[in-house]
Amino acid sequence: MDYLDHLEAEAIYILREVAGQFEKPALLFSGGKDSITLVHLAKKAFRPGRFPFPLVHIDTGHNFPETIAFRDELIAELQEELIVGYVQDSIDAGKVVEQKGKNASRNQLQTTTLLDTIAENGFDACIGGARRDEEKARAKERIFSVRDEFGQWDPKRQRPELWNIYNGRIFKGENVRVFPISNWTELDVWNYIRRENIKLPSIYFSHERDVITRNGQLMTATEFLNIDHEDIVQRHRVRFRTVGDMTCTAAVLSEAYHIDDIIEEIQLSNVSERGARMDDKVSEAAMEDRKKGGYF
Amino acid sequence: MDLLKFITAGSVDDGKSTLIGRLLYDTDSILDDQLEAIQRANRKNDDGTLDLAILTDGLKAEREQGITIDVAYKYFHTDRRKFIIADTPGHIQYTRNMVTGASNADLAIILIDARKGVVEQTRRHSFLVSLLAIPNILVCINKMDMVDYDKAVYDKIRADYERLAGNMEKTQVDYIPVSALKGDNIASSSSNTPWYEGKPLLEFLETVEVNRQPQTQQARFPVQWVIRPQTVELPDYRGYAGRIVGGDFSVGDRVVALPSGFMSTITRIELAGENLQIGENGASVIVHLADDIDISRGDMLVKADEQPALSQSFESDICWMDTKPLDLGQTYFLQQHGKITKVKIQDIVYRIDIQTLEKSASDSFGLNDIGRVRFKSADPLAFDHYASNKANGGAILIDSRNNLTIAALMIDKPVDN
Repeated sequence: MDYLDHLEAEAIYILREVAGQFEKPALLFSGGKDSITLVHLAKKAFRPGRFPFPLVHIDTGHNFPETIAFRDELIAELQEELIVGYVQDSIDAGKVVEQKGKNASRNQLQTTTLLDTIAENGFDACIGGARRDEEKARAKERIFSVRDEFGQWDPKRQRPELWNIYNGRIFKGENVRVFPISNWTELDVWNYIRRENIKLPSIYFSHERDVITRNGQLMTATEFLNIDHEDIVQRHRVRFRTVGDMTCTAAVLSEAYHIDDIIEEIQLSNVSERGARMDDKVSEAAMEDRKKGGYF
Repeated sequence: MDLLKFITAGSVDDGKSTLIGRLLYDTDSILDDQLEAIQRANRKNDDGTLDLAILTDGLKAEREQGITIDVAYKYFHTDRRKFIIADTPGHIQYTRNMVTGASNADLAIILIDARKGVVEQTRRHSFLVSLLAIPNILVCINKMDMVDYDKAVYDKIRADYERLAGNMEKTQVDYIPVSALKGDNIASSSSNTPWYEGKPLLEFLETVEVNRQPQTQQARFPVQWVIRPQTVELPDYRGYAGRIVGGDFSVGDRVVALPSGFMSTITRIELAGENLQIGENGASVIVHLADDIDISRGDMLVKADEQPALSQSFESDICWMDTKPLDLGQTYFLQQHGKITKVKIQDIVYRIDIQTLEKSASDSFGLNDIGRVRFKSADPLAFDHYASNKANGGAILIDSRNNLTIAALMIDKPVDN
């Protein structure tokens, strides 16, 4: 077995452990390449049976339309259940307040919607596509990461996790976040997508787009961004390396039209994938703080 | 491409995180924005160079205290190999996190501060590495710049460690003098240590041969999940899903389901709809049998002529990882891959004194203690001797009162009741 076979076998094993250990698991689906890869791995783990979990999407309302279209097509093809939690509902219910100002984003607000969706559906395990190579707080997280009843991660109280043994025992109200592709790098994911011929949303590939420059990053010129007279809208050939919502995901200039081009581009890049995420740039501990608060 | 998983272990301040930072830096594995983040954090070494430890100390509390609390995983590759590094904590309080990182490692780098030599944590970590059956140890004698690259210092520490390693059978031990801070013998051979003729660290890691597990391993298939679509097209489909942990299985193999003892024959092995003639060690597959026998999650398929121990009484090496000490009156859960059973600890066979490595009788067993105990389990457990099959001889203990993982078990052998 080469290393991709090894990573695949490990991820399938972890997905099956979730099925075996939990009453009501869910797969958190963002429409990004990592969660699309997870869906592919779930097919390998459970077909010809059905998935033992629904897909759950936390919709900020500021998604790329391409992502939503892709999601709906994928669900139709899979014939699996999709549950959508809307950030707009949390705003309308007065649970969260929309940020103001030029750099307003709904990224932070997602956590509340996520935790409410988990509670409403009684999910005891949520599978996510986070990888340890993405960010230094993620590099510290276990594959089975126990969250308390407030969804919080306590990095100082992580359970030891030995060999291939995942302790998913929890009390009612707690839940476990499970990260089957923890040990994959960005390049591993792309090599796997190429090998397995996995379909992706078109925004991962080079296309023309109207963008504005904010804090040195190329952001999509959209109504969701508070564009004013200081912003100059320009048309560029770009693609996205990571896909969150439109207000926090920056594009990169790119001529990568095919997956081979993308793999070559990543190998030559000097900037990490999350370098294009505004949500990580808030502070040194931005990701750790969000995880402690219940984020993915 | 080949994958090498290794850990860095050793005492606090021996420079583990700095060594990893240096390896990543020297292999161009640190990207511009990550480097900028380090510069923004503005943590400098005494000589004004960037503090590379910050790359792996991913938690706020770690950066505040300048120590590693939990294991951080880092990924890099060269033209020759892919690497997964687990940077593990040196502080005794966080030994359980070191064990977490070590359980899946092929190789352990043990760092020793050249000024301090072999200390208690060197002994503890080395002993754990040997207990966890990591086949290769690389001793990096670090901070050579602080002892003027003195060969005599290196020789003395090496001789001390060789005495320690004398107790560890089956472990290959190598030595390199380094300065993680200055980069000596990391990516290239250092002119400061002309007396050292071996490979620099990076080349060593790229080329070291790892004896992962015995080639003679017997085939084990713990069942994780039963796939039964019960659809119009597939009314009778029944596949056993799991990951092969040791040996391999072929279509036509005569197998036994444990613990029930029912026998059958493998009619099909598949992965994602593709039929395989052989299911290899490490592969996640679906297995079909000729007979409809009762098999569910936690059961194990093995070849009829290669059976593991099956027992409710057994002895195990154990590393205690909880602040609450071992309680002989308590019922615990034991988890071995997907199998969970209730257990009691019958008695403590011995506890090991980490200073002298001597075994002695003991009534108590607390945080970070290592030794051997005897278990009695509610269900029979199908297991192999840990050193011959880690995945089927390793287990954890869970406290049923708080669900925490409280001990690591390296099962040795069945015992008479």
